[in-house]
Amino acid sequence: MSKEIRLMKGNEAIGEAAIRAGCASYFGYPITPQNELTAYMAANMLPAGRIFIQAESEVSAINMVYGAAATGVRAMTSSSSPGISLKQEGISYLCGADLPAVVVNVARAGPGLGGITPAQGDYFQSTRGGGHGDYHTIVLAPKGVQEAADLTFEAFELSDKYKIPVLVLADGLIGQMMESVVLPDPVDMAALPRKPWAVGHQARDKRGVNHVSSMNLDPATLEKANLKREAHYDMVKKELCRYEEMQVEDADLVIVAYGTSARVSMSAVQAGRAKGLKIGLFRPITLWPFPYERIAALAEKEGRKFLSVEMSMGQMVEDVRLAVNGRAPVAHYGRTGGMIHNEEEVLAAAERMLNA
Amino acid sequence: MELLYGHPKSLVSIQSKYCPGCGHGVIHRLITEVIDEMGLQERSIITNPVGCSIWAEYYFDFDSVQPAHGRTPAAATGIKRNLKDHLVICYQGDGDLAAIGTAEIIHAANRGEKFTTIFVNNAIYGMTGGQMAPTTLVGQYATTSPRGRDPGEAGMGYPIKVCELLSSLGGTRYLARGAVNNPVNIKKTKKMIRTAFEAQMRGEGFTMVEILSQCPTNWKLSPPESIDWLEKNMIPFYPLGEIKNTLSTAAAPAGAGN
Repeated sequence: MSKEIRLMKGNEAIGEAAIRAGCASYFGYPITPQNELTAYMAANMLPAGRIFIQAESEVSAINMVYGAAATGVRAMTSSSSPGISLKQEGISYLCGADLPAVVVNVARAGPGLGGITPAQGDYFQSTRGGGHGDYHTIVLAPKGVQEAADLTFEAFELSDKYKIPVLVLADGLIGQMMESVVLPDPVDMAALPRKPWAVGHQARDKRGVNHVSSMNLDPATLEKANLKREAHYDMVKKELCRYEEMQVEDADLVIVAYGTSARVSMSAVQAGRAKGLKIGLFRPITLWPFPYERIAALAEKEGRKFLSVEMSMGQMVEDVRLAVNGRAPVAHYGRTGGMIHNEEEVLAAAERMLNA
Repeated sequence: MELLYGHPKSLVSIQSKYCPGCGHGVIHRLITEVIDEMGLQERSIITNPVGCSIWAEYYFDFDSVQPAHGRTPAAATGIKRNLKDHLVICYQGDGDLAAIGTAEIIHAANRGEKFTTIFVNNAIYGMTGGQMAPTTLVGQYATTSPRGRDPGEAGMGYPIKVCELLSSLGGTRYLARGAVNNPVNIKKTKKMIRTAFEAQMRGEGFTMVEILSQCPTNWKLSPPESIDWLEKNMIPFYPLGEIKNTLSTAAAPAGAGN
């Protein structure tokens, strides 16, 4: 069967993919550069009889997600960097209560109000938990509109499967640009598996009382719960690490980049190869769990160097260093403040490192 | 023999963690009596708020969700919108509702969210140990208003009348204020809860019952003294009764039809 190909903005493709994934409740608050996503959900959720609320704040939106997720439906919110900061308390509660949810960050430049142009300065916030306490969210980083749609769709599946909130970390470029996209087939919402831990429908499900809570005031019990969650994270790390490689086999220098930076770096690799330079690209798709083991394996090759290319002052580079663990030189190159490096700049940085 | 009065089915038979003379226990009992009378035990969900009533899941024998401090109305929104035929009770104290969660309650009320808020106003922070609440009366002692709440020099603001504050919002349909200081007011409060729950199950709009409640521990009074204090200080400032009732069941205002 031939698939329908649409030309869509990233923000809209994310919205449509969420609807097709069976998102029953969307709660948002306007912020640039993700406004088309909130508007898309308003335009398409309400006529479909699904729940859309423009909340009074990002804080409220994430807590509406918390309430909706507690009832067992697929729920989502989206925002951009400053708004995602506001959601961190709610994300911590979602993790503490082991609730699935999808959070989309169409990231912009910071810190503070910063600017509205694309940036990757939210890597630490995304991959280190972001809020208070011992927890992680799964973090998926698309490099374009097609992947933004695919990963958003899959985010709902992964979140339900692991009972961990999934963060889709895009940026203003991916949200705003238009590309052709083949959308996933809609799921049958009625056929989604019931969640035995959810609140509501007690009589129908012939069960005891359910409590959704992240509270645990007994230190020994809380430690046990956190250890159990950590073991669960270990399993996710084993099962979920995802990445893409481009010409890394013989590479003397491996560029490590995700999202928009990876896209630019692909062109830089092509241009470098045309000049006879042995450079390749390693693109993490899951930022948490981070593919440490694969990068460690790549670092075994004698004389190989690593360059982390990010639209930030260098955040993922710390994970690359952790993975490489001193066995190879690691450096960072990137622009910040909403500036995007071009392929010539990335290639020049790669050449500098090769010749160093 | 017919049982005329017994322990509510929806209330777990357990000794509570509440202090002697605290109003929460009476309020829990009223809620569960109404739920039993309406036959809604298996269709009820309560939000246990941050504060002394955080333990609500120990006491209420039905589903519960524990949200972040102040975000209770936002979480209740997410619950009720997805479970329209369930009774959703947004249980909140004065810090949760009238301080940290002011934005959430105003906008949930304004959207006409169809859950019922039970707002326990004891004019003090209980769990954290007697700090000033938004509803603390002028001159009232608290650990953070050690010389009494002073709206003037110290800039501590004025006690907030939440029912009156919310009454201008289009989404609010029923805003009533009761108290649990004596049997008469307890009976009236129960009726308010019943009216609000019935309106919720009819899907009428935002309903809230504010309940003036004793906190002997943090008021530093004995239980009998705290009842006396509530009558002499809180009720004159926070008038009891229906502050707003635009429900389909509301009696026509006096003089209507003349």
